[in-house]
Amino acid sequence: MRKHHIGFTVTAVLTIAVAACGPTSSTPSTSATAHFPVTITGTNGASVTINKQPHRIVSLSATATEMLFAIDAGSQVVAVDDQSNYPANAPMTKLSGFQPNIEAIASYTPDLVVAVDDTAGLVHGLGALNIPVLIETAAKNFEESYKQIDQLGAATGRVADATALEKKMRSDLAAVVASIPKSTRQLKVYHELDDTYYSATSATFIGQVYALLGLENIADGAKASAGDYPQLSAEYIVSSSPDVIVLADTKCCHQNLSTVAARPGWSSIAAVKAGQVIGVDDDIASRWGPRILDFLRALAPHVKQLGQQAA
Amino acid sequence: MQILARFSRPPRAAPVAALQGLPRLPWLWAAAGAVVLLGAMVLGVLVGPAHIGLGTVLQALVAPSAVDPAQASILWSLRIPRVVLGVIVGAMLATAGAAYQGAFRNPLADPYLLGAAAGANLGATLAIAFAPGSSLIGVNVVPLAGFIGAAAAVAGAYALGRTVTGLRNTTGLILAGVAIAAFFNAIQTYIQQSQTNSVRQIYSWILGRLVTAGWEGVLLVLPYVVLSVAVILLHRRLLDALSIGDEEVTSLGISARRVRLIVVIAATLGTAAVVAIAGTIAFVGIIVPHTVRLLVGRSYRVVIPLSLLFGAAFLVLADTAARMVAAPAELPIGVITALVGAPFFIVVMRSTRAAAL
Repeated sequence: MRKHHIGFTVTAVLTIAVAACGPTSSTPSTSATAHFPVTITGTNGASVTINKQPHRIVSLSATATEMLFAIDAGSQVVAVDDQSNYPANAPMTKLSGFQPNIEAIASYTPDLVVAVDDTAGLVHGLGALNIPVLIETAAKNFEESYKQIDQLGAATGRVADATALEKKMRSDLAAVVASIPKSTRQLKVYHELDDTYYSATSATFIGQVYALLGLENIADGAKASAGDYPQLSAEYIVSSSPDVIVLADTKCCHQNLSTVAARPGWSSIAAVKAGQVIGVDDDIASRWGPRILDFLRALAPHVKQLGQQAA
Repeated sequence: MQILARFSRPPRAAPVAALQGLPRLPWLWAAAGAVVLLGAMVLGVLVGPAHIGLGTVLQALVAPSAVDPAQASILWSLRIPRVVLGVIVGAMLATAGAAYQGAFRNPLADPYLLGAAAGANLGATLAIAFAPGSSLIGVNVVPLAGFIGAAAAVAGAYALGRTVTGLRNTTGLILAGVAIAAFFNAIQTYIQQSQTNSVRQIYSWILGRLVTAGWEGVLLVLPYVVLSVAVILLHRRLLDALSIGDEEVTSLGISARRVRLIVVIAATLGTAAVVAIAGTIAFVGIIVPHTVRLLVGRSYRVVIPLSLLFGAAFLVLADTAARMVAAPAELPIGVITALVGAPFFIVVMRSTRAAAL
């Protein structure tokens, strides 16, 4: 109830701010300053109040970093964690989001910290130093991702940019989805996270992307007890014979069409026979930020081609 | 704490009677072991997440060309090599466990006692973190690094134990192994933490890779395992003598130190090879030899060959469960071996009143 209520408040504040701000403004305007203080309920359900527009943001989340730069709040970011490798001009440091060190973070004198999880007493520790922490957990679908962009917009006084980004993502997504003809045959996809066959079900963000493209995810065959990221049996993958294999382990494990084709028994898979083994950037496929559209655009031609072949 | 528990029970010489008396029905148990192993293998080949009918399986075994090539390839390239690898890994771990227990006269000794697992994990972690995807003479560098790491850890423990206590007793050696394992684990954890990109890969390597095994894996470990098991089998009578005391062995004109060294090297070689391909699979090396002891008595002449049979059968069954329980998802095989193995062992122990321990 409470969460819902605050979410509504943020929306209301956003609407007002959008109206006040007008279209894109790259420098924080007076209306953006007037927008503070703002209270935001992070995706973990905890609310955080930001008193004035932050200019020393520390991001411990690679996705949040991408979102912050995409909504033009990059100039307000002073440090990002060791996983935030995009965009290239993000001020990458040795800070860790997995094992956050409160002192190391505090040494940047941040006025806002964004993280994926409240690990190692992050919120409590920084709270003692009066540093607000906004938690944006892994999104499970596009709506949650848009919500995080909006929240980061509200938190940084970049409401208009956030709204514009969300709008662009929505229209780009719709365009990609519309470009794919309805296939007569249900196409199957196998998404590979590493070379021991860990995969992702439709309950995950990346799984939602496949659902949008009308693909059947073979990882959904796994029981719920196996979790959202089950390790699949090789013989199940081979016998499912997916039409598309997406390799999100090109960086970690150097996988590609030829390494996949060389695996015992895998040469009989439809995707391997047809060469529909798509290598993608591990990072893009594991984040829920704006670059997911690059992923979609890389995937769409393959799905289109397969759909036309089936028709 | 667990490690300290190893020393709470002082090494105890076996009552001579236990050795002089004939083991209880060894041939009957050997036949039972062979039947169980065969049954496990048949079950392992018949069931899997890919639904292949009984008739098709039988046909694929006799005349693979007459079956749908996709199904034949699932059977011959994936399921059968995995069952074969299960046999090899289980046999090796159980045999090595029995050998270590004999060599150290310590019922809690297992194949990882001298740091084989810690060494293998460190080697593999280094390879995954700093040389991802590279290979040496056509062999993936990761299992190679795991093998070298395991061998290096045990060699280090042996050298350390020797300089400290001169190997007069095994306690110094075991302590050296514990220290080496702790040291290697610390380095491994540090690298894993600092290389967050490869955490998942390192984790899944440690949990075991029977999932991706094919004939290549079988061929990779087979020579080491055959050599290791042969040497241990040849020394099983000397392990019986060793279980009475070093003096007994020496009185036979054989150096107890030498026997111990040969057995430990052989068991380590096989364990390292197996860990390099299958990851650290816990408990098999402890539970299987002890179950066999409870069933047939303590003589290594019988315990070692029977551990080999039952170890192989146990691991094939555990691996079948690993791929069937949450099918089509996999469970880590180490979870099955411990979850099923530990209660089973307790039941056996209770029902036999632990006389042979």
